[in-house]
Amino acid sequence: MPDIMLDVQGLETQFKTPDGIVYAVNGVSFKLDERETLGVVGESGCGKSVTMLSVLGLIPSPPGKVADGKAFFFGEDLLKMTTEEIRHVRGAQISMVFQDPMTSLNPVLTIGRQLTEPLILHLGMSKKQAETRAVELLEMVGIPSAKERLKDYPHQYSGGMRQRVMIAMALSCNPQILIADEPTTALDVTIQAQIVDLVKRLRDELGMAIIWITHDLGVVAGIAQRVIVMYGGYFIEEAPVKELYAYPTHPYTISLLGSLPRVDENEHQRLCTIEGLPPVLYSKPNACPFAPRCKWAIEQCWNENPKLEQVSSDHRVACWVDTKTRGSRS
Amino acid sequence: MSLENNVLLRVEDLVMHFPIYRGVIRRQVGAVHAVDGISFSVKCGETLGLVGESGCGKTTTGRAILQLYKPTSGRVYYEDIDLVSLKGEELRRMRRKMQMIFQDPYASLNPRMTVGEIIGEPLMVHNVATVKEIQERVEHLLNLVKLNPSFASRYPHEFSGGQRQRIGVARSLALQPSFIVCDEPISALDVSIQAQVVNLLEELQEQFNLTYLFIAHDLSMVRHISDRVVVMYLGVFVELADRDELYHAPLHPYTQALLSAVPVPDPVIDSKRKRIILQGDVPSPVNPPSGCRFHTRCSIAEANCAQVIPEFREIESGHFVACHFAERFM
Repeated sequence: MPDIMLDVQGLETQFKTPDGIVYAVNGVSFKLDERETLGVVGESGCGKSVTMLSVLGLIPSPPGKVADGKAFFFGEDLLKMTTEEIRHVRGAQISMVFQDPMTSLNPVLTIGRQLTEPLILHLGMSKKQAETRAVELLEMVGIPSAKERLKDYPHQYSGGMRQRVMIAMALSCNPQILIADEPTTALDVTIQAQIVDLVKRLRDELGMAIIWITHDLGVVAGIAQRVIVMYGGYFIEEAPVKELYAYPTHPYTISLLGSLPRVDENEHQRLCTIEGLPPVLYSKPNACPFAPRCKWAIEQCWNENPKLEQVSSDHRVACWVDTKTRGSRS
Repeated sequence: MSLENNVLLRVEDLVMHFPIYRGVIRRQVGAVHAVDGISFSVKCGETLGLVGESGCGKTTTGRAILQLYKPTSGRVYYEDIDLVSLKGEELRRMRRKMQMIFQDPYASLNPRMTVGEIIGEPLMVHNVATVKEIQERVEHLLNLVKLNPSFASRYPHEFSGGQRQRIGVARSLALQPSFIVCDEPISALDVSIQAQVVNLLEELQEQFNLTYLFIAHDLSMVRHISDRVVVMYLGVFVELADRDELYHAPLHPYTQALLSAVPVPDPVIDSKRKRIILQGDVPSPVNPPSGCRFHTRCSIAEANCAQVIPEFREIESGHFVACHFAERFM
């Protein structure tokens, strides 16, 4: 039985805006096992990034606030840690790769300087040692003539290479968990394939757990073992990857999969659409947040927000409706 | 309208180079070979998909066709009239027949104009309607793109990305064009919204017998919407064929790699697909590789690929490919 590395319970994050409080993440709970790859899928603004940033204490406060919840990392609550304590976890034990490799690298510092910084800071290496390790890291992520390229600045790297550098940086202190926040969204498909391939290889070599945040249901299918679908700050479906794609159960997941054209599609049909827009929640809803866009919505959906409940051994769904019978589940 | 073989648009050997100037006297020291000799034709009522990685010259192709850039050389025939040789009023009159939908719905709408002004502007500029007619036409156009006609007095910031892109579509339809260049119209939108816009484009095409040049990097979406697809690499066409033929039996090694890199939203199928991972990045278009431009990353390249430029030849009826060894894959 693999150990649970990360156990998040009832996490709630809110933002104060001029228009009122936005309920970005509303009581989500999840566990991450050792060596597991968890995919978190959802559209922009659904709270997938905020969830992970909250866990790492990276929510800017104000305007943001982690209002409630616990996040146990090997038994210690990350949300109770002081700034100083959590800094030792971030980057060293849990590290993160962001979407846009250009804005997350400092343009006026060399790649070498940025790559050695965490090594000196977290692992207490000397400058010499750190440089040797930095070369190893760049070679590991497949950057040719790594030693010379340490002296280059970010703008001298291409988009794909910058993302490789970000991955090298994230892996520099041998983290147990890598959180990848839309790491391939800004990249072309051929470069995306390179990066996904690289992360899979490194995962198997280094044996770390990965949380892969994305809006691309295609990428997740290829890398994750378990997938969580988010909507309006709630987890609405959670299942092992094969189960989710074979038996999507929440209407949102079903519609989302139906709205994707496929490169292996054979007949031409109109795409299914989800009418309307994803919500911004200014209050905690007492209806299902997806009800206004849902084809299957019944009266119950408007009266009570469904909780995530088990439908089979490891498949959980937050929906009142059984989409097959169009009736209530209970 | 009697056009030979129903060909609406014919492009012959289109070249678009952007000069690079250096030094105090701004001497030209080189050129970005954005588009380097492409020829193709588009039939009335069809959708031609144009795919390729970022920087390969897709957008430049679209803009050069519409004469938004003055091509370095080559001919663009629209209804058998050569656009490149047209000037001033004559060109302006032709422009009514061809319009463009832009990639970024946040950048392509003037924030200081109301939606009504934005959609009505083409009518005003071309002086084809009175103020009252424009008003009626704007209402009609908003209905066509499934927006509430009362939105005409609002400003772009009040709308979501998907709604803004609908406004962009309405503007492009204002002059009742027959040809529209769609330049990545959906890549800035959320997954659930993409399908809405694509379905709208398809419906409008049926209704008005529109001809599209659909530029995108999302191969699944291009497969969904196009009748024929052309693949571009570093300013040149590498393959052009009917949609199903191109996706089932790609003959150019680059097309094969590109297609294999697209993730399929199904873990069972995805794990069975063979992935060709291209090494390295796209070379710079300032100094494109000699001979076949793809030879630096090609798995089947031989010595003469670096010297001889492969001809873009018709290997089967309607299937063009630029590779010396395309027969191997037949």
